[in-house]
Amino acid sequence: MSSMTVGLPLTWRRIPERYNLIGSECEICHTKYFPVRRICPQCRRKGKMKEVKLSGKGKVYSYTRIYAPPSGFELDAPYMIAIIELEEGPRLTAQVEDCNARDVKIGTPVEMIFRKIQEDGKEGLIHYGFKFKTVSGTSHILQE
Amino acid sequence: MSCLIGLRNCDYMVGIVGYGVHIPRYRIKVEEIARIWGDDGGGIKDSLGIIEKSVPGMDEDAATFAVEASRNAVHYSGVEPKRINAIFVGSESHPYAVKPTATIVAEAIGATPHLTAVDMQFACKAGTTAIQCCMGMCSSEMIEYGLGIGTDISQGRPGDALEYSAGAGAAAFIIGRKNVIAEIEGTCSYTTDTPDFWRRPGMDFPSHGGRFTGEPAYFKHTVNASKELMEKLGLKPSDFDYAVFHQPNGKFPLQVAKILQIDVGKVKQGLMTPLIGNTYSAASLIGLASVLDVAKPGSRILLTSFGSGAGSDSFSIVVTDKILEKKGYNRTVIQFVGDKEYLDYGLYVKQKRKLKTL
Amino acid sequence: MRRVAIVGAAMTKFGEEWERGFRDLIAEAGLKAIEDANMSGNELDAIYGGTMAAGRLIGQEHITALIADYMGLNPIPATRVEAACASGGVALRSGYLAVASGHHDNVVVGGVEKMTDVPVGEAAIALGGAGDQEWELFMGATFPALYAMMARRHMHEFGTTEEQMAMVAVKNHANAAKNPYAHFQKEITLRDVMKSKKVASPLKLYDCSPITDGAAAIVLTPLEKARKYTDTPVEIVASSQASDTLALHHRKSLTTLNSSVVASRNAFNMARMKPSYIDVCEVHDCFTIAEIIAYEDLGFVKKGKGGKAIEDGETTLDGKIPVNTSGGLKGCGHPVGATGVKQAVEITWQLRGEAKKRQVRGAEIGMTHNVGGSGATCVVHIMKRVN
Repeated sequence: MSSMTVGLPLTWRRIPERYNLIGSECEICHTKYFPVRRICPQCRRKGKMKEVKLSGKGKVYSYTRIYAPPSGFELDAPYMIAIIELEEGPRLTAQVEDCNARDVKIGTPVEMIFRKIQEDGKEGLIHYGFKFKTVSGTSHILQE
Repeated sequence: MSCLIGLRNCDYMVGIVGYGVHIPRYRIKVEEIARIWGDDGGGIKDSLGIIEKSVPGMDEDAATFAVEASRNAVHYSGVEPKRINAIFVGSESHPYAVKPTATIVAEAIGATPHLTAVDMQFACKAGTTAIQCCMGMCSSEMIEYGLGIGTDISQGRPGDALEYSAGAGAAAFIIGRKNVIAEIEGTCSYTTDTPDFWRRPGMDFPSHGGRFTGEPAYFKHTVNASKELMEKLGLKPSDFDYAVFHQPNGKFPLQVAKILQIDVGKVKQGLMTPLIGNTYSAASLIGLASVLDVAKPGSRILLTSFGSGAGSDSFSIVVTDKILEKKGYNRTVIQFVGDKEYLDYGLYVKQKRKLKTL
Repeated sequence: MRRVAIVGAAMTKFGEEWERGFRDLIAEAGLKAIEDANMSGNELDAIYGGTMAAGRLIGQEHITALIADYMGLNPIPATRVEAACASGGVALRSGYLAVASGHHDNVVVGGVEKMTDVPVGEAAIALGGAGDQEWELFMGATFPALYAMMARRHMHEFGTTEEQMAMVAVKNHANAAKNPYAHFQKEITLRDVMKSKKVASPLKLYDCSPITDGAAAIVLTPLEKARKYTDTPVEIVASSQASDTLALHHRKSLTTLNSSVVASRNAFNMARMKPSYIDVCEVHDCFTIAEIIAYEDLGFVKKGKGGKAIEDGETTLDGKIPVNTSGGLKGCGHPVGATGVKQAVEITWQLRGEAKKRQVRGAEIGMTHNVGGSGATCVVHIMKRVN
């Protein structure tokens, strides 16, 4: 079960953003956005948007651990969801995986990883995209 | 049957430009699996030469592994992804029966759209065959760079001997003609129709021939491919500084080394199965990556894979000076192996979705 | 603009109304409100209906046509209004604007949601549509998770505690126990909340509003004609609405809803009032943290002092500013589309002095605060008893 039977064209359109964090930058005010926006909310008609690849590095701005998952995520529970502030400025919502839940705090450095986000049942499409993991978890291991 | 691609006569060398691996961070100990089935954990550990094996996260599959390993390889190589013109993904656990893993990788590393891409399957050796394909296309100048990947989330039936060894991991190699960190000086293959291990469509778990997978399958192909490579290249066992063989367990590669009269000490650096289990298409390639993590310029490496069904690809690889410039570019295999979290059997069953109701 | 009065108010019992469907609920609330206004159906000019997710919850769109049909009110115009959990409040505002503009005289505003005809998981997915489906819900976030991340920031920035949030639930259940229309009829203890099942840390089950069936309705008329229908008209002295980004992560701050700040500020300006004028207030406590943030955003306390306000008992029935006397979304229940209208019903009853055991003595000015999603819509009304 998926939380929503997502149309194929929708999934396909979102691949650059979900796989590679392609966002937008306004050439006038230089603000970066994720996901892609066609109109700069600050400059509006005066703005000029271009595509930009975001680094995938950032910090946890807020987080929660979900114990009551929506359908499609039942087997993943409990799992962490966080609002990540990317180093270029934009924030996004993503799962934080591959780390101990207790290591995730406000301000924890994180980096993008590539994972399955959800599946449309056993026969449907598999949706891939970004999740994040803690950077400190890695460097901690490197020191061992 | 055999073939040999001798590249020595070319004006340029074809070799490895970059490599990267991915090993999931979860592990289960062989003794924990044995506890469930009332087996003698210590005895199994000794007889298989496996202490623990890697287990994928709930949200990982052969495609996510391939992407992670490939991104590491691209980072290491510094190659602009648009210049990778071919991607071959070897796996026996592609997430789709129909729909390529290779396109997912191509998109995720930013190599689309001017490239060719295809999935391959040959039990545990599709990864090395992927590298051979890249070599052929590079040396014929059809492509500038090729990406060959071995990636697997292998399945073992609960209670079956395979459950102790079936691990998960991926390795990706960028093959090219320029700036190689290791030259592939030759490769050859040895292939027959030998039904030692298979999985029919729609089946969750593979079937295998037990001890029949050993002598007529693994040993015959691995040994013959390696011997033929040495013969054609005019090399002796003592010419190699390292040897990496397919590693379904921790013991077979050491026995192959003995048969080939290669010092078993040369096998150790590339023998990862005792700590992560058999990673199938990735097994010999993760071993090669582990060797490249430490090898010095001039070192010669023997790499021989094995895929059930059955066949072996053998390679002679010589490390170049360029490898020195790349030290510290990647998380090493040993670092991946060391970053781990243990699961008990209950969590393992949940994570591998082995319960029928899941 | 004409001045507008509420002359009729009614609601159904809120709860798991297994025996009644969508049509039964809205027809009951609507007819009771019209009866309360001493109006005949022939006098009505238009219907505005707030519902969020009838399509997902009962498989029915075009629901205001259905409402007009089942209330026997054809052929008057019937318009659906959708703004997630603020659908009811925005429907009320639409009705208000229609009367204020002079285009319609007598308007009935209904809010309704029938949520228990589908499994809980399906209802949760329907509610998820209030957030950013592609960039929040798709990633595995849930509504409790979004509010949990606000709570986490509030705790981080202001030292708000899980106990303070739990106190909101305790207060609202206590009020609900005095409201015969409320979903929950029992008081709960701080320990009950703290020991309840984890939903999305730090939020627990009793920090969350329930899945509820119910409907509420209000009848509006120009103030100058209100005395024709009732001796106790309640004037809507301000109606204000604001928007914010759909996704929570795009907000500058997670500890304030800018839509609440803007909508309430504009409402106070329109009514020429200050927060201290308010005698009773219904705020949008979909989660306990939301009520604490609302105290601050509406200007009842300074930013960061919401946790202390509940701890000090400032918002209980006999506190300085009683909040959610109905039991709020937490205790009275949260049939999403009905909530905004129900808030107006409760305030109407309070200002008329009809709130019985939960009556705030001498209440003359009341306020409703209805939020859609995680704050992408906020609609605020200020009501005043007409003496």
